[in-house]
Amino acid sequence: MLSRGGGRSRPAEGGSFEVFSWYFFRVSGLLLVFLALFHVVIMHVVHTVDEIDYEFIANRWESPFWKVYDFLLLTLALLHGVNGARLGIEDYVQSRGWRTFALTTLWVICLVFMIIGALAIVTFDVDAFREAHASAGR
Amino acid sequence: MLNFYRGREGMWSWALHRLTGLGVLMFLLIHIADIFVIGYGPEEFNDLLFLYHAPLFRIMEIALVGALYFHAFNGIRVILIDFWDKAADYQRQLFYGATALFFLAFIPTAIRMAIPIFD
Repeated sequence: MLSRGGGRSRPAEGGSFEVFSWYFFRVSGLLLVFLALFHVVIMHVVHTVDEIDYEFIANRWESPFWKVYDFLLLTLALLHGVNGARLGIEDYVQSRGWRTFALTTLWVICLVFMIIGALAIVTFDVDAFREAHASAGR
Repeated sequence: MLNFYRGREGMWSWALHRLTGLGVLMFLLIHIADIFVIGYGPEEFNDLLFLYHAPLFRIMEIALVGALYFHAFNGIRVILIDFWDKAADYQRQLFYGATALFFLAFIPTAIRMAIPIFD
């Protein structure tokens, strides 16, 4: 059922997961308005893709602020997007078997991308790169 | 989604919200995969950037930013309507407001992103 807003109305039934999902959508969405728009403005308006390379990201991720920022953006955006795709599947995939298949695939994709995304941010070692760079330069 | 009913602004808002959301999710997955390559080292990562410098990819990126802007501004409209009773009476005006904000933000951004493609 649709709310007048074009989103869904807050589920009156369907269990606590649907209620949680409904609130998560709106809370994460509001945070993402700031996180994602600021990200795009920095990367595509203040800078351009021509300036972005390994060095650019290394400089950025030297600051814990940007690591936390990007980690938040990754997790909130992925969960928000996957939750949207889940509702799409539940709306359009009618057959029980295909629906289970689609939902399983979706959550596996979510888990895999969450892991590789988090690994990229958390394990990024700027110092190791700087040392290798410095010794190669000598 | 294609079973359109005559819902006018509310219907367009909802259909565009889904469509732009799906587009942004698709790009997000590509983006997570390419950032993962950063862990392999500078050469490996910089080699991959040819993708981001390809004109077709850059044009698609402009479309992506458009989708994101629409989704963000229309999303604020959805939240307003859900949490504030009065906003529901003005959902149509809010749709035009969100659309106006979208153009206001998107046109300068698109110009800014398009200029280097033709340099």
